[in-house]
Amino acid sequence: MTIEPVRGAARSRGFLARLLAGDRLAGAITATFAGGILLLTALLVFELFQSSALTRDKFGWAFLFTRIWDPVAGQFGALPFLYGTLATSALALAMAVPLGLGAAIFLSELAPPRISDALTFVIELLAAVPSVIYGLLGVFVLVPIMRALGAPYGVGVLTASVVLAVMILPFIVSISREALLSVPREQREAALALGATRWESTWQVVVPFARLGIVGSVFLALARALGETMAVTMVIGNDPRIHASVLAPGYSIAAVIANEFTEATSDLHLSGLIELGLVLFFLTVVLNGVARVLILSTTRRGTQHP
Amino acid sequence: MRFALCLFALFVPLSAQTLVNGAGATFPNPIYSKWFDEYHKLHPNAQINYQSIGSGGGIRQLQAGTVDFGATDQPMNEEQLSKAGVKPLHFPTVLGAVVATYNLPGVSSELNFTPEALAGIFLGKIKKWNDPLLAKTNPGVALPANEILVVHRSDGSGTTFIWTDYLSKTSPEWKAQVGSGTAVNWPTGLGAKGNEGVAGLVKQSPYSLGYVELIYAIQNKMAYGRVRNAAGKFVQPDLASVTAAAAGAAADMPADFRVSITNAPGKDAYPISSFTWLLIPSQIQDPAKKQILIDFLRWMLGPGQKMAEPLSYAPLPKLVVAAELKAISLIQ
Repeated sequence: MTIEPVRGAARSRGFLARLLAGDRLAGAITATFAGGILLLTALLVFELFQSSALTRDKFGWAFLFTRIWDPVAGQFGALPFLYGTLATSALALAMAVPLGLGAAIFLSELAPPRISDALTFVIELLAAVPSVIYGLLGVFVLVPIMRALGAPYGVGVLTASVVLAVMILPFIVSISREALLSVPREQREAALALGATRWESTWQVVVPFARLGIVGSVFLALARALGETMAVTMVIGNDPRIHASVLAPGYSIAAVIANEFTEATSDLHLSGLIELGLVLFFLTVVLNGVARVLILSTTRRGTQHP
Repeated sequence: MRFALCLFALFVPLSAQTLVNGAGATFPNPIYSKWFDEYHKLHPNAQINYQSIGSGGGIRQLQAGTVDFGATDQPMNEEQLSKAGVKPLHFPTVLGAVVATYNLPGVSSELNFTPEALAGIFLGKIKKWNDPLLAKTNPGVALPANEILVVHRSDGSGTTFIWTDYLSKTSPEWKAQVGSGTAVNWPTGLGAKGNEGVAGLVKQSPYSLGYVELIYAIQNKMAYGRVRNAAGKFVQPDLASVTAAAAGAAADMPADFRVSITNAPGKDAYPISSFTWLLIPSQIQDPAKKQILIDFLRWMLGPGQKMAEPLSYAPLPKLVVAAELKAISLIQ
């Protein structure tokens, strides 16, 4: 080890070097972490693809359009599950988006701050409730109500959608509210100054300004609805057939994987379940991609938003 | 140096204890946990871990060699056996049974079911409670004209295997159309997760009929019916009639114990019964693990069997115990 003759300069250079090295080190570490996520995703797809080779070879694309799911005969088709997943998620969004957006507008624009804070706290609490609790609530409260209202069994696609709607509501409300609150005060004031009523300023200025955040909240909610397993399997009826009525029982991708994975003894059955996982993965990727495109196209047309 | 000493100190107490890992069926998990716990108390240096991940998972992990033993509610088939590196041996441990449970408002008496009626209901051909096939075996019961709501398991399960195995044996139509397995393509009905799910849906839905494990029905005081056995007698499911089914089947027991005892002969045999098995590799490299597993099997077949009944499992009949004690010598 050599000793530097001029200590002052050495110290400052050493400090600089250390700083640079630290920066580089921190950069390298964080880049590794970020790369790790990418690697993890790639590994996930690879593993799902690899492990579903049996059914992919045997059924090909027909897997997506076949209605039969028969583990005994070794016949596997994803259509009833695809239908169940898409139908429950779409119905849940149809119910939760207007409700959630309405609640978010009230909380951010109309409610007195104290009420708004208290309600927001409760709503965020709802988001933290485990899904099995929602499932239980569905079984014991919603199912008898649905049966009384005319659903033949109480359980079914619509019942699952209602439970999902309740589950995803907190996401929509709390993220949309944040987005609405972050709209600059000047925007509201300008609208009011131009003679808009309070509602006109909210609906025509504030909401469009915050639409990025709102759309984001909807897609976060959709992602949760697509992947929800426990609460759905408890109230959907677990019947792998496509019925015309939404009151009839159905089945979802996540639910059938959770139900049958542990006891799938034949390799083909296991491969079919893993391919369902792959289908669900691509479904979320495609839907998220659509969301990105939607957001990008609206941003380009309007003014630049944060 | 000090670090090495610390490490050494950390491993010394562990090295005195042999860890044996197993995984498989969920149905016998309560009795297995009890057994492994009691066995550990008797032999503090032998620790047996059991993960109840399901029969399918147990078989796969045994084939891959990641566990020392497996457990299953459905005997392994030839294809599965051929995939295992070391041939596993089947050892029946206790017995379970599946019962038909129902929710029939206004009917308090126990119903009698024929195999034809059960198959008809689960095929969706018998639609109403007052169907002649049901009315014939239940004289004096005012069966309502309501539709039967069928409830089955949605999760893959040994319970479903026993139920569908029974229906396959008694109904050629069921065998051709549906077959038997831990998960099947149900012709009708709603699926619910777990015994508790089926029980919950049956309790909640008037005029429904489902199937659950006998233990679960007993513990939850549910209504369940008698079933006509191969000898033509309607038998009440309980621990004695389940053990009787095993005794009836013991006469033709194959040497490897891979046998289904649904629809067993014997006038007191409850027909929807089944063994549950431990899967022990026929060759175990580690002498300590081998010693523990052999010793455990002997203990399980002796004092261990007495712990079955308090937990509502039917104990093995004497003939089967004797045959298994002989088969232990096959472990090398």
